[in-house]
Parts: sequence; C-alpha cells; structure tokens
Amino acid sequence: MTALLSLTGVTAFYGAIQALRGVDLEVHEGEIVTLIGANGAGKSTLMMTICGNPQARTGSIVYNGADITRLPTHLIMRQRIAQAPEGRRIFGRMTVYENLLMGAEVSGQTDIGTVMEQVFTLFPRLKERMTQRGGTLSGGEQQMLAIGRALMSRPRLLLLDEPSLGLAPLVVRQIFGAIRDLNRATGLTVLLVEQNAYQALRLAHRGYVLVNGAITMAGTGAELLARPEIRAAYLEGAHA
Amino acid sequence: MTALKDAFLSAAVALGLFGPMVGLVTHNAAAGLDLVPNPIAVAVLVGMVFFGRLGMLLWRDRHQGRPQAPNKALAETLTKASRYLTPALLALAIALPFGGSRYYVDLGTLVLTYVMLGWGLNIVVGLAGLLDLGYVAFYAVGAYSYALLAEYFGFGFWICLPLAGILAAFCGILLGFPVLRLRGDYLAIVTLAFGEIIRVILINWVSLTHGPNGISDIPRPTLFGLSFSMDGGEGTFSDFFGIEPETIQRVIFLYYVILALALLTNWATIRLRRMPLGRAWEALREDEVACRSLGIDVTNTKLSAFAIGAMFGGFAGAFFATRQAFISPESFTFIESATVLAIVVLGGLGSQLGVALAALIMVGGLEMLRELLSWLAAQMDSPFFAGIAGELPTYRMLIFGLALVVMMVLRPRGLIAGRDATATLTKQQPVARETG
Repeated sequence: MTALLSLTGVTAFYGAIQALRGVDLEVHEGEIVTLIGANGAGKSTLMMTICGNPQARTGSIVYNGADITRLPTHLIMRQRIAQAPEGRRIFGRMTVYENLLMGAEVSGQTDIGTVMEQVFTLFPRLKERMTQRGGTLSGGEQQMLAIGRALMSRPRLLLLDEPSLGLAPLVVRQIFGAIRDLNRATGLTVLLVEQNAYQALRLAHRGYVLVNGAITMAGTGAELLARPEIRAAYLEGAHA
Repeated sequence: MTALKDAFLSAAVALGLFGPMVGLVTHNAAAGLDLVPNPIAVAVLVGMVFFGRLGMLLWRDRHQGRPQAPNKALAETLTKASRYLTPALLALAIALPFGGSRYYVDLGTLVLTYVMLGWGLNIVVGLAGLLDLGYVAFYAVGAYSYALLAEYFGFGFWICLPLAGILAAFCGILLGFPVLRLRGDYLAIVTLAFGEIIRVILINWVSLTHGPNGISDIPRPTLFGLSFSMDGGEGTFSDFFGIEPETIQRVIFLYYVILALALLTNWATIRLRRMPLGRAWEALREDEVACRSLGIDVTNTKLSAFAIGAMFGGFAGAFFATRQAFISPESFTFIESATVLAIVVLGGLGSQLGVALAALIMVGGLEMLRELLSWLAAQMDSPFFAGIAGELPTYRMLIFGLALVVMMVLRPRGLIAGRDATATLTKQQPVARETG
C-alpha cells in the first residue's frame, strides 16, 4: 500500500531555532495516525510544515504522489487536505452557517448543501446553532465547528491539531467518537496531533512519538500504549 | 462623601485644563497679541464638570444593581429603528433638493461625499480589517487623475470617472504589496506614510501638478452632453429645457451625481459581502491563519480589498475635483483620513447604515452645531453673558469632541455594532436545497 502522505527527512526552522530534525512519517489511505509528544516537541510545527507555513528547509513532503514541499499554503490546502487548526480559530463574528460556507469556498463544488447535511449528521449540535455567531458557542461546539468547517471541502486527508485542547473529558470522547465514525463510514484519512496521549492512541491505528523535533518511536496504537516508557512519560495519572 | 471628593478632584482637573485653554483669549491688538482673561467661561465649564461628575456618581450609586440596562435598551431601540431608518434616510436624501435651499444642498453634497468615502474605507477597515490611515491618498489620486486628464488631454468628467477609479485602484495595489505581511499598528504606520508620500509628491512635482498652487478651472460635468454653463447658449441645460440659467441647477445636478455614486458604492459593497470574495474579507478580519488553512489566497484577498476600497476613494476624488473646480494638495491632508476613519469607527466597523449616520453626524452635525451656537449667542445679549456669547461658536470643536467621547463610552463598538449575516436559511428550507 502506498502512502497518501509521506514525509522524508523533513527539517524546519523558526528563525535560527531548529524545530524539526529530520522527521520521517507516513500516513496511509484510510488510516487514523496520531502524533503524540510533550509541549514544545514540535507537533504543531510538523502539522504547519505539512501545510507549508513554515516551509520545510530540507527533506520532502509527498502527498498523493506529488511533491508539495515548495507549494504555497493556499495551493496545498486546495488539494483535498483540510486542517482544523490548533486553538480552533473559528470566525467569531460570523454565524455557524457562514463559517461552514468558508470551508467550502475554494473547493469549487456545487453540492454544498449535501456536504453540510453530512456535517450536521455528524454534529447535530451545529445544526441547532446554525444562525448563532461562532464566538458565542461553547468550547466543544467551537471544536465541532472547526472540524465541520474543515470537512466542508470534502478532504481526503484531515489534519487535526489538538482537538481536545481545553475541553471537558466527556466532550473529548464525543469528538473522538465522531472522528472514529467518520473514518469508519467514509474511509477519511486522519492525522491527529495530540497531547492527550491515552485517548489519541486508543483511537489511532498507528502512532508516532515526537521528542525534540525528531521521531523516537512508532507503532500501532495498542503497541505504543503497552510500552512502559510511553506509560511513564505520557500516561502517568492521565487515564480518562 | 467620596462622590463629593471625586467631583472636587474632577473640577480641579477641569480648572487646570480649561484655565489656560479657555480662560485666556488672544486678541490682535495694536502692539501685537493681547491676552484677555475670560473667568466666567472657565467658571461655567468647571461648574458643569463638578455637577456633572457629582450627578453621574450619585446616579450610578442608585442604579448599581443594573448598570447594563440603559445601554442594552439603547442598542435594541437602534436596531429596531434601523429597519425604518434606511428608507427614511434615502427618501430624505432624494427629496432634499426640492427644499430649494442652496445651503442645504451644498451641505448635503458634502455629507454624501463623506458617506461615500466612509463606505469605501469601510471595505478596507470594516470588512477586511486592515487599518488604513492613508485613505486620503486615493481620494487625492482620483481628484488629480481627473484634473490632470482634463487639463492635458481635455477629457470630460464621465470618461475620467472610471479612469480615476482605475488609477486609484492601481495605487491601492501599489500600497497593498509592501504591507501584505504587516498587521495592526505597523500596517497603520505604513498606510499613514503612504498618504503623506502622495501629498508630498503632489506638492513637489511642480511641472506636472503645479505644486502648492493647485489646479484650477477643472471642467464641470455634463448631463448627457448638456453643460451647465451660465451663458445659456447652444447645448446648455437651460437652453435645452428652455429655462433661465441658474447656478442652483448645477448645484442640484452635482448633488444627484454624488448621491448616485454613493449608492453605487453601497450597492457594490452589499453585493460583494454576499459573494465569496466579500466573505473571505470578513473571514480575513476574523482570523488570517484560519483563512490560510482553508485554502484562501490571503495575498489576493488583501490586495482586492485595498484595490476596491481605493477605487471608490478615487471616484469620490474625481467628484470632489469637478465640484470644487479647483484642487490643491492642501485638500488632502491627514485630517481627511482621520475624519473618514472616525466616521467608519463611529458608525460601527462594517455597518453600512452606521457609516452613513456617522457621516451625517460628523459632517452635517458639526455644521448644524455651528449654526446652533451662533443662534444661541445671538439670544444671549444680557451683559452677564458678555464674556461668553461672542466666544460661543468657537467652542464648537470642544462640544463636538465631548459628544464623540460620550458616544464611544455608551456604544464602544460604534452606532450600529451588530453584524448582519451574509447568508441565511429559513427554518423550513432543507439545507440540501441551498447551495450557497
């Protein structure tokens, strides 16, 4: 099976500071892959580098057989890659409906209504809140909106950056459940960056551990969950 | 007791401020400037501050439990009223010249020019969220485009109007490129500098623009080829309709031209807001990173906002040139940018009706205030007011500034702060049928 997304020896810098030190990573079609790591390990940087902001200094990023390493961000995001960015970043003064429309703006599709119905099936709460301003939603609803907005472009690959950030455990379970349902029903490929290692590894088919900008461990979700060093570093006292 | 102390303190601050500013008036005397003290005016102002502050504090003590109530009521009233306000204002604007007063038509033309500038700047600042302190540059480019094209090539107003818009839009893109990476304060500084650069170029490029002397005898617009010349000869408006030539005909014609231009700006903005481009502007104002993540080309979106905003500034500039028949760099100073920006902020960023109201208040209201103060001064001819009456009209800006401060305290997000959704669904409509 060829990879939908593969990173080879990717390095990235913020000014003079090296944030990624030669990352190799693969995501296959239909998989949920998670990337876990401590604060400042470079998880979000890796996610942003895939999106071309910042661009990788060396190494290559291949998506669907084409090299996207040097493409500008907006062109990468038009190749059926969608991202729900860290901190949700919804459009606060615009309504839920307008937020969702923004997600479909550049994909050039004509059946926006059908896609939106699918999003509403996944997150019925969004339908109830359709005319409300994004900024008035609760944290969990905002995360649903961020994911829903990303789904509006009918992506093949969904990038999720810390969807559990600042949410109650019950809401986190709800959102992770929705991601699993989506993956099973439509075969959507998901790359999930998480600090909530326990939940993320249970959800994912495979996982990578990022330490100081380099991958130190990889394996299936169950394998990683069973490793004593993972338990010690990321799971102590974090059982939900 | 604390309220009394607070009021005394406020009065002391007022005394310190108004003492030199109001209490000492300069007069031209035979041997240079004379200083004339004006203690009554200071006493009145300090007294107003003292009792005003005391009253405010006492009122607040009594209403401590519900401090939000009046503000909310005001907001609701304004929202309700705005539904009837738009058609009422439009009807008033169309009917104004039938009042027959040259003064009001002239004032209306001035107000509408600022309404149009406000709507143009609203695209850049209100919708796209790019703080532009140099909007007057595009006004100047539009005005000089027409004036120069008319002087050197003899072009008429109606040919130059679109050209002025295009040239201003081009300048908007020119400004847009270097500021693409800038945000907030830094963006504001560069746009401010851009406005000054254009003005300095107009002053110093004497061979083309006649520098500080300006350009005079700019031709007036025609109505389908009919000129508004006073000689009443062949091909003039008065000759065609068989009436006596009068200046008021041209004044009213100019009024309707700017009304049409302003409505065009409004219509275009409303249309754009419902289109993907307009929605992208608003999304950009909310969150640039999110826009990138959704595949929106931030560069093009920003440049288009600068270009389209500048284009309407250019139209307004061309109109200004033809109305005044004389322009010089003096007309395009920073204060113009500041006024237009104040109109947009006061109206409520992004609100079309708010901007129109704010322009009416800022330009029309200021003029009305001058009238009102002159009238008041004329009424106060008792000797007790001798010190104040004559000076009253000069307090215009002071009163106006105070009104602006009070307004921003009461409605910090502008007159009309709410934002209308650009896309809505009715309850019965299934989502699947709506395709954006």
